[in-house]
Parts: sequence; structure tokens; C-alpha cells
Amino acid sequence: MEKQVILNSKHFELTIKRLCYQLIENHNDFSNTVLIGLQPRGINVLTRIKEQLEKILKKDIVCGDLDITFYRDDFRRREQPLIPSATNIDFVIENKKVVILDDVLYTGRTIRSGLDALLAFGRPEKVELLTMIDRRFQRDLPVQADYVGKTVDTLSSERVSVEWKEIEGEDKVVLFTPEANG
Amino acid sequence: MDSLSVNHLTGIKDLTKNDIELIFKTADAFKEVINRPIKKVPSLRDITIANLFFENSTRTRLSFELAEKRMSADVVNFSAASSSVKKGETLIDTVNNILAMKVDMVVMRHASPGAAKFLSERVDAKVINAGDGTHEHPTQALLDAYSIREKLGSVEGKKVVIVGDILHSRVALSNIYCLQKLGAEVMICGPTTLIPKYMHELGVKVEHDLIKALEWCDVANMLRIQLERQEIKYFPSLREYSMQYGLTKEILDNLSKEIVVMHPGPINRGVEITSDVADSKQSIILNQVENGVAVRMSVIYLLASQIKRG
Repeated sequence: MEKQVILNSKHFELTIKRLCYQLIENHNDFSNTVLIGLQPRGINVLTRIKEQLEKILKKDIVCGDLDITFYRDDFRRREQPLIPSATNIDFVIENKKVVILDDVLYTGRTIRSGLDALLAFGRPEKVELLTMIDRRFQRDLPVQADYVGKTVDTLSSERVSVEWKEIEGEDKVVLFTPEANG
Repeated sequence: MDSLSVNHLTGIKDLTKNDIELIFKTADAFKEVINRPIKKVPSLRDITIANLFFENSTRTRLSFELAEKRMSADVVNFSAASSSVKKGETLIDTVNNILAMKVDMVVMRHASPGAAKFLSERVDAKVINAGDGTHEHPTQALLDAYSIREKLGSVEGKKVVIVGDILHSRVALSNIYCLQKLGAEVMICGPTTLIPKYMHELGVKVEHDLIKALEWCDVANMLRIQLERQEIKYFPSLREYSMQYGLTKEILDNLSKEIVVMHPGPINRGVEITSDVADSKQSIILNQVENGVAVRMSVIYLLASQIKRG
């Protein structure tokens, strides 16, 4: 696989800050807005956005983690069973504005499951989607993001990985391309 | 450890430690689900499950049915009392007739030891044993161990005593296998007549004095005297049994440490355990019932993930 860094650590930080200011434009002081990260990798986006927003707004932002395993449409279509992660939502989202956060928007199936899973916690006033990377032209379902870190054009044979300094040692986004035959 | 090593759950004996840990990890997620305002997930919406109860049950049957419904499975119930079994139909015929109606999974309780294994080798459906005679009751053992893990942090290294009618108890046998696989020490305690001879071979301690057993343990699992399975008298009277092996608040308070009290239900209050013990803060009997649903959801989910379509 050929590796290409499409967002380095400097631009990564700028992107996070920009996304925060875009959120503030629409949600003011976040008094009626909650952030929900999708397990597993959306939690990293949530942690970073929450940290930055709290620094800017100087107040606590209500956040939760949502696991979508039991709502996926590929259960029993894989060799291994899908093993769930933890859901931590200790508030009701009834009449709240909800922003769902994930790292990569690709086919849109994860978000479809996330919307289904969200309904178990109430009827939100509005749901928006924030993603670090939007792999456009690869959608299986009609899903679009409201806040996008970076849009990339990719082939389905390629892979995009959002890496975090807490886990992988460096903030960056990498595009993996399979080597051409011959 | 991301999939079960077995295709059916007929007994704890066939499971590995990894299997049990996978079931517990998945049950953690389901426990969160059953405490939500809306307690239903769509995972099993195209799976049909038949609950075949050839023996009476309240808790286990309700618990399985709730577990199935909380995952959106279609459920059909069957009880021997109101069925053609009374007209002389064999077990295999009954089950094959039900499977002809396209059922994916069978949860079965039966009075004959080995009935679940027998069935799993002969029918084209996943089989879960919900109790086979005096042999095994695997989901009960799993929920008991899960409840100990929840209360004490882990099962490994803990000392568990099982008190009462070991001879007729499928809960005891499954519990011994499960607890030992998870690294706990197990002791059984009861009158000599209710302890089978081969018990030493399973590597469990045997004690006939209740107080000594309780002083040794971290957890006491109090079993019911199964009068319905006793064709002869194993002890002079229930009153005498209760005097020697009944757990009272006084005994509990006089122990040198605080122990956890469990009971698989149904409780005979005043026989193996008094009301004030059953309702005390040391008792986790109702937690066991709640955990039963989560653990059964986990087992059904993991087995259902092995069913492939088309």
C-alpha cells in the first residue's frame, strides 16, 4: 500500500479549531446542544472537539458515546460476530439539538445505524453530522455531513485513516492506495 | 476471542474461558441497553426462536422471552402441558414439526439429562439448554458468575460455596464448571445424602458444617431443596434441614466478614434462606434476575451471529 499524508499535524489542529468555530456559529453557547461520538473512532473526534470547545467557551459541554453495533445492517453477513463497545449517554436527548461526530464518512451506513440508535434516547429537535474526513462519491445511502474537516476523492480500493497523537503518536490523516499491478 | 468456540449452548462444560469472557463482555453492552428508556434493539429482526419448555419454569422462561424480544426476534412459545406431547409424540418429532415452520433457534428445558445435546446433534437449528434434568443449566451459571463479577470486580481467586441440594441441582453442576473455568475456588455444603459421591473428582471442597463453609467463602449460593425430584426422603424433615443448613440473619451477622448471598430462585423463604437475609443488602438475588436477561441476550446474539443466510 502506498501511503500519502493528506492532513499533517499543523493542518489537523487548524481543522479542529475551524470545526469548533463553525459549531459555535450554529449552536451559540451549547445550552440546548449535545455532542455524541460514534464508537469506536468517533470518540477521538469528540474528545478533541469537546476539549477545544470548552477552552473557547469556558464551560462544560454535554457529551456522550454511542455504540451502533446492534443497529448495523451487516449483522450475520460477516465471518466474525460484531462485538459491541460501550454506550455512555446519561441524559435524555428529547428536544435537544444533537451533533453526531465520526472520523470518516464513507458509505453512510454507520450514520444510518447511528440515527436509528439515537432514537432509543428520545426525539431530538435536530440532528447534525460532523466528520473529520468526507470520502465523497462513495456513498451507498443519501447521507451528507453538516461540518466537514476535509473532503477527499477516493476509490473504493483505497483506505483513509485518521490518526491521533494519543493513540498513534501523531495527529494526521493518511490515504492508503494499493500499488498498481505490473 | 471474537467468536464462540461452540455452535450450541448445551452446557458450560463445552465452553472455554474465552467464550465465557466474550459472553460477559457482550452482556455488558446489553445491560446498558436494558436500562435505556427504550429497551429494544433491532439485531435479530429476521430470527425466529422457539422456547420449548417441557418442564415448568417462571423466571428462566420469562427471562429468555424478554431477552429475545428486546433484540426484536420473533418468538413462539411451547409448553408440554398444553401440547401433543401428551398424545404420545416423541421429542424429535415435536421439534422437527416446529422447525418445519422455519425456526432458527430453539431454547429448551427438558426433564431428561442430555436432552439439549441430543437435540443439537439431530436438528438444523441453534440449541440453547435452559435446563436438562439434573445435568446442566448453563445460562443460570453464566448469570451467577456475571453477578459475582459485577459485585466483586472479578471471579478469579474468589471463594464460592454452593449450599443445599447438590444431588438434584443442575445449577450446582453448571456453576462448578463455570466458576472453576474463571479461576474461582468452589466448595459445596449440604447433608451427606444430598452430595453426590463423585464430587471430589471435580476438584471441589466438600463441607458439611454450614458455619465453617460460610467463614471460608466470599460468596454463598443458596440452593432450593428440590422436593419434586426427590423420590425418597434424603433428610428427616424440612424443619431439620432448615435448622442445619438454613441461612439466617443471625448467622450472617455473626460471621467474621461480610459475604455476598445469592439464590437462583425460586426461593423457599424460611427453608434454605430467611426473608430478612433474602431482602438484606448483602443479597444480590434481584441483580441476578436483571443480569439474567443481559446474559441471555448475549448468548442468543453470539449464537445468532453464526446463522448465515443464502
